[in-house]
Amino acid sequence: MAERKSVYQFGYRRSADQDSKSPVRRPVVIVGAGPVGLTAAIDLAQRGIASIILDDADRIGEGSRAICFSKRSLEIMDRLGVGERLVEKGVTWKVGKVFLGEHQVYLFDLLPEAGHKMPAFINLQQYYLEGYLVERAAELPLIDLRWRNRVSAVERHEDFVRLTIETPEGEYKLDTDWCLACDGARSKVRDCLGLKFERHTFEERFLIADVKMSADYPTERWFWFDPPFHSGQSALLHRQPDNVWRIDLQLGPDANPEEEKKPERVLPRLKRMLGERQFELEWVSVYRFNCARLKKFVHGRVIFAGDSAHQVSPFGARGANSGIQDAENLVWKLALVINAEAPESLLESYDLERGQAADENIGHSTRSTDFIAPRTKQERVLRNAVLQLAPHAPFARGMVNSGRLSVASEYDSPLSTGDEEVFAGSAKLGLPVPDAPLEDREGRHRFLLQALGADFELLYVKNGARPNVPEGIRLTVIGEDLFDREGLFMQRFGATPGSAFLLRPDHHLCARMRRYDGNRIRNALARAKGLAK
Amino acid sequence: MTMLKTEPSFPNPDAAYEMLVEGHRGVSEAESAALNARLVLILSNHIGDLAVLKEAITLAKKAG
Ligand SMILES: Cc1cc2nc3c(=O)[nH]c(=O)nc-3n(C[C@H](O)[C@H](O)[C@H](O)COP(=O)(O)OP(=O)(O)OC[C@H]3O[C@@H](n4cnc5c(N)ncnc54)[C@H](O)[C@@H]3O)c2cc1C
Repeated sequence: MAERKSVYQFGYRRSADQDSKSPVRRPVVIVGAGPVGLTAAIDLAQRGIASIILDDADRIGEGSRAICFSKRSLEIMDRLGVGERLVEKGVTWKVGKVFLGEHQVYLFDLLPEAGHKMPAFINLQQYYLEGYLVERAAELPLIDLRWRNRVSAVERHEDFVRLTIETPEGEYKLDTDWCLACDGARSKVRDCLGLKFERHTFEERFLIADVKMSADYPTERWFWFDPPFHSGQSALLHRQPDNVWRIDLQLGPDANPEEEKKPERVLPRLKRMLGERQFELEWVSVYRFNCARLKKFVHGRVIFAGDSAHQVSPFGARGANSGIQDAENLVWKLALVINAEAPESLLESYDLERGQAADENIGHSTRSTDFIAPRTKQERVLRNAVLQLAPHAPFARGMVNSGRLSVASEYDSPLSTGDEEVFAGSAKLGLPVPDAPLEDREGRHRFLLQALGADFELLYVKNGARPNVPEGIRLTVIGEDLFDREGLFMQRFGATPGSAFLLRPDHHLCARMRRYDGNRIRNALARAKGLAK
Repeated sequence: MTMLKTEPSFPNPDAAYEMLVEGHRGVSEAESAALNARLVLILSNHIGDLAVLKEAITLAKKAG
């Protein structure tokens, strides 16, 4: 199969750092311009912190990977300035169907609640996301993105990291206070540090193809167990923009990856599935999936995020989506540490919170993969029993697992201040706050998440005078700055007049109370910054 | 504390056993295994308690 042409091409440019006699020292160097490295750089820049991104490639386009982006990722992307573009280009979907043979056994509808700016999911080729992020990065003078800069060695020092970088014009060295290793599943930085990344490899092989066709299939996720066109295995069909369709075909553990990629093998398989429809093969690859994680993501001044820190199988769309959340979790903390507003130990909470998320994601994607490709004959019997029961018994439908789709992780975190009162609603300590449709002072429609700032924020429901919030917190008064005409804010937050909600810079709820109490807020803020003893 | 009932529940244990046996009469080995799997799922859901299910699995393993 021919290599996919590049969708975006970038040029190598010499940097003045390469001419320096001794290594230049920088505050932050990010290794890898994938979704995670780019997210981190943009978020840092928006917080006033300069970074250099090094990437060994000079183009985006080889192969297609992620296609499903979750609401939480879109909300983060919106804060970084590309959310609307993604939704506009992407395909919004909410219905998934699961078939056994020719019969539908299960249907889910993500039934998005009204009054959220972002949809539950969009499908979009990963290269578009990366392309948009690169363009956004180019607008920010604090980001220096260097293509064809390959990190080949990493030396750790007490309070800095020295990187050796290979370029088309030879090698140079760069020192950095902080090195973010966002260099993907085969992380070179991880190797250089000699860190163990113990993989569980699933035996099963999958053919993943992107096919261009104008088809009348609805915009739904279709998953088959034992389809008539691909007997005994599983298959997935899901729409992407530009009339491109993602097709996954399970091949069994013994499939030969080289043979299976050949058009003479691939085309007949696809024809059996697509029938008489005309299609063009955009890209195809054969995968075997892994699950793995580093025991710790923070190693002194080297911090891992995204696939370099943890890897999951794609069922559930948890790879890029979780990596983007890693970056957002890390960046506000790192910014506080760099600006000497929080102790370095705050970064341990990144390790803890995103470690919890990684375990959750690995658990989910492992269970999905095991359901799709049972490891033993007996497991298959049990799996088939679930599928056979599904049309007859609702409980079995809940067990059908073709991928549990990525949602935001709820952190059980020392940064949260425990509730002293009971709150109803969907807002929860440790979760990102739910969106809600509001109105500003001029009567314009504003979504809550759009109106939030980049720092700690107190949402206070008007009940008399504006409270005098501690320094470092931005105050928004519901009923004065923003108006909850539809009552959805009150409902989703379980709020009553006088209620106060403290949000972290990543919009996770870290404290709440029924009556504003300056001391409690001050303590909660200190705790969320890692300053509590 | 054990929550799994292991004391007799059926006043007529023979009838219960017979019913299970009947269910497997005249079907192939593979169908029988599939039937058992469906039964396990149905009964597990009926119990609806992970702790009890775990005790049941432990007992079943120990006895084998
Ligand atoms: C078939 C498939 C389907 C998937 N579907 C989904 C999905 O639907 N949703 C989802 O969320 N995720 C999905 N994923 C996972 C997703 O693609 C990854 O999780 C995501 O790309 C990880 O992003 P990253 O930035 O951590 O790493 P990468 O995207 O791998 O980026 C790493 C970057 O680092 C650069 N680099 C590597 N080594 C060096 C070096 N030594 N020096 C300099 N630069 C270097 C690379 O060139 C690359 O640009 C899927 C994956 C596959 C394979």
